[in-house]
Amino acid sequence: MVEVTLWGALGAAAGGKEKLVVEAKDIRELFRNLAEQYPALGPFIERGIAVSIDGVIYRDTWSKELPQDAEIYLLPRLAGG
Amino acid sequence: MGFDPSYAARTFTSVGTRPIRPDGVDKVTGRARYGADFNMPGQLVGRILRSPHAHARISGIDASKAKALKGVKAVITAADLPDLTNGNSDLHDILDNCMARKRALYDGHAVAAVAAIDARTARRALDLIEVDYEVLAHVTDVDEAMKSSAPLLHDTVFTGGVEPKPTKASNITNRTQYGHGDVEVGFKEADVVIERSFKTEQTHQGYIEPHACVASVNPDGTCEMWVCTQGHFVYRQQCAELLGLDVSKLRVTSSEIGGGFGGKTHIWAEPIALALSRRAGRPVKLVMSREEVFRASGPTSATSIDVKIGARSDGTITAASATLRYSCGPYTGPWAMLGAMTSFACYDLKNVKTVGYEVLVNRPKTAAYRAPSAPMAAFAVESVIDELAQKIGINPVEFRIKNAAKEGTKSSYGPVFGPIGIGPTLEAAQRHPHMNAPLGKNQGRGMACGFWFNFGGQTCTDLNIGADGTVTLTVGTVDVGGSRASLSLVAAEELGIPYAQVQTVVADTGTLGYNDMTDGSRGTFSSSMATISAARNAIGVMRDRAARMWDIHVDDVAWEDGHAKAVGGKHDNLSPLSVKDIAAAAAKTGGPIAGHSELVADGAGVSFATHICDVEVDPDTGATKILRYTVVQDAGKAVHPAYVEGQYQGGAAQGIGWALNEEYVYGEDGCLQNPGFLDYRVPVCSDLPMIDTQILEIPNPNHPYGVRGVGETSIVPPLAAVANAVSNAVGIRMTHIPMSPPRILAALEADRRAH
Amino acid sequence: MSGIAVSTTINGDDVEFLCHFEETLLDVLRDHLGLMGAKEGCSTGDCGACSVILDGRLVCSCLVLGAEAEGHHIETIEGMATGETLHPLQAKFLEHAALQCGFCTPGFLMAAKYLLASNPDPTEEQIRFGLAGNLCRCTGYDKIVRAVQDAARVMRGD
Repeated sequence: MVEVTLWGALGAAAGGKEKLVVEAKDIRELFRNLAEQYPALGPFIERGIAVSIDGVIYRDTWSKELPQDAEIYLLPRLAGG
Repeated sequence: MGFDPSYAARTFTSVGTRPIRPDGVDKVTGRARYGADFNMPGQLVGRILRSPHAHARISGIDASKAKALKGVKAVITAADLPDLTNGNSDLHDILDNCMARKRALYDGHAVAAVAAIDARTARRALDLIEVDYEVLAHVTDVDEAMKSSAPLLHDTVFTGGVEPKPTKASNITNRTQYGHGDVEVGFKEADVVIERSFKTEQTHQGYIEPHACVASVNPDGTCEMWVCTQGHFVYRQQCAELLGLDVSKLRVTSSEIGGGFGGKTHIWAEPIALALSRRAGRPVKLVMSREEVFRASGPTSATSIDVKIGARSDGTITAASATLRYSCGPYTGPWAMLGAMTSFACYDLKNVKTVGYEVLVNRPKTAAYRAPSAPMAAFAVESVIDELAQKIGINPVEFRIKNAAKEGTKSSYGPVFGPIGIGPTLEAAQRHPHMNAPLGKNQGRGMACGFWFNFGGQTCTDLNIGADGTVTLTVGTVDVGGSRASLSLVAAEELGIPYAQVQTVVADTGTLGYNDMTDGSRGTFSSSMATISAARNAIGVMRDRAARMWDIHVDDVAWEDGHAKAVGGKHDNLSPLSVKDIAAAAAKTGGPIAGHSELVADGAGVSFATHICDVEVDPDTGATKILRYTVVQDAGKAVHPAYVEGQYQGGAAQGIGWALNEEYVYGEDGCLQNPGFLDYRVPVCSDLPMIDTQILEIPNPNHPYGVRGVGETSIVPPLAAVANAVSNAVGIRMTHIPMSPPRILAALEADRRAH
Repeated sequence: MSGIAVSTTINGDDVEFLCHFEETLLDVLRDHLGLMGAKEGCSTGDCGACSVILDGRLVCSCLVLGAEAEGHHIETIEGMATGETLHPLQAKFLEHAALQCGFCTPGFLMAAKYLLASNPDPTEEQIRFGLAGNLCRCTGYDKIVRAVQDAARVMRGD
């Protein structure tokens, strides 16, 4: 189980919940389970979400493992220039 | 055996040196080929007709006379571009921006395009296209656009992120909020509270090379495109989706690029060139004029920002809040959101709240510009930080050091920071001789911090060992500023061979796997990681071949100093084998030798910088001269220090231009008044002094050599550093960027009248 | 036949071409003569990326008509090196990393060549003003100025 914090528009799409507890060992499972529980998150996941694990921001690579007790934040996809 | 990207300390022989870049001679002799330097046999000249109105319904387009003109081979309008976006609103926005479908939404919005045998005929054809415009009310100011009385760009926009959902349409597409704690409680705890509002005007990335491409669609569905871009794979993907082309049949080659800074991460006219070529059955070369570049590509957001920060008299910040309104052009974007995320990222705050509003205006579509949205937010926040420090009576650097984010700080955008470099950059700035240099009359000093996320992303590299033992490194991240040199250094380092034996080339989309764009400061970071991985794979192959050549077990083969060495007592008589030796025998030992890497480079880590700026303001003209400028930034590990310095200096120069002179000027009619370099004033050589740089190297734990992204962060502090300097020089807080001479004179005048 | 016939000298070679009356020297160099080193950055004489030297004078080729080249001597970036040997300015630009994207570089080299021909020992300020007609968006000009200072030193034989 991992505790995930949803930020910005993602929180609104999850029925206003900011903190969720989800069963997932990697990013792919996390997204799958989130999309099942909160279908409104689907489009955001499609477009791409940035995943912060213990302060380091990662892309949405499915195989990236989620360490237990890690601090996990989901942020909308970031743009650079 | 997987690739381990973690940092391992080592002594470098190649990395950290300053050799000549491999593409250098071509660039100083005029041989390098940029977007407009390529021609295909039989090519036509493409030109685009653009709306002269800021907002207008397109009732009809009659292109018959243009089509009939001798020498015109194709004319297209939106009617010739079917909507294949399938509900993807982002893609639909791109399609509409490439060519207006129902309404022209800004002065310069493309409405039609022609392809003709020469420039003269193309120009004449444009004049013959008759467009029926029904002019509509427009709005170009970000604050005006938010009012309930403002003309609406889209009556289908109901602000997202607001509860309950609004029933009235507006120009505000989205509201986002970040932060933690309770700012109301925090402000009550403060001894001093400063609250201010700021505005920044719209600027353009200002790359000297206009957008240019040559597109060729063949009757069998295969297509090629030569284009200046920061991401040829992304351009390929988007063009294919918009035009219903088979991605694998569209081969995109990135030319050398004459500057991008984010502006060439979006497609503008490329789908139009492909569409024209498809219609005409011939290649089409489409090059934007400078005026078109300003009117119809870029720019960054214009902003309106309110900041409130409170602190105790001992200098501890107790609460910080900001409301940020960013213009997006006619389509929504993540701009205010990025501003809201980055505003207070430099600080360790118990109570922080930022709210961002994305606002639609009749201006060209906002595009990414080097650390998008962060410079404006930093301007507002760092100005208030300075004022707060002054009011409390603490030195501005001390004040920032006291409140700086560090490992373990909960960032203002959510996650907790790992090891970060803001403390070191502040301390280095504090110790820097610039900080103590004397100042004269009408002179002022300012400093500021800046923050930016850095990205990783999808990256492929191929490392091929040639028959003569030299190495070709093929990468897919476009080289915007010298990264081929850096990547050659990394390959040389990992293999243990001289830099001169490595040749790095950028592949096209047909010859290498997918690579994300060169943006987000990811070019050297991601490609170097993939290069190291590919090199390690190649070394594995070479050890194997050496083992075969010696007829020993591969476990007895080590790789050192560019050679395979037999280890263990019983192999004493075996001389080391060089790359050249192993390559010479390749045909017999198993064939061509290569190492490949396909990975998602990640963990780029965030980046901080501190800038110091001295200015002199002429009280009679309002003109500001930059006397001295220093950039202190953490690079993790500077692979090629000269090019890292170059990134620091270039970002600072753009920020200085933004702070003092650059802005989009709109008339009452909503049309852009200064779409040229004469009146859109970027810094010239005589405007600037030498720009001092100090590279800190605090290794990034997520990269084998400790490399961090560096390209963007240096544009984040300058608006604030210059504003603080000017404010100190004139004794008045400047709140409107750019601080052009008229604005400074107006501020001086207002101050005189008030006293 | 509506084109104008022009005879001129470019980088020491006799050159002839046909052009429309409205074509600029920049158009001619790039579209008719295959000399693409001069770049179009703005076509209004503001950025200097198209700089060439005409009869020893630095000009923006986008502000010179193709037809005006008749009978004159034009130097472009393609003529700066001597065979395989780079001009000291070219060598120093590389050594000092005075280019990032390189788009403005041919124009800067022409402008610097012209500057040093008229003033072989310029101060930093004179260099900065001498190059003020050329825009660079990548470098902030620091390394460009250093490269010119170093090349000037070499060219003086110091």
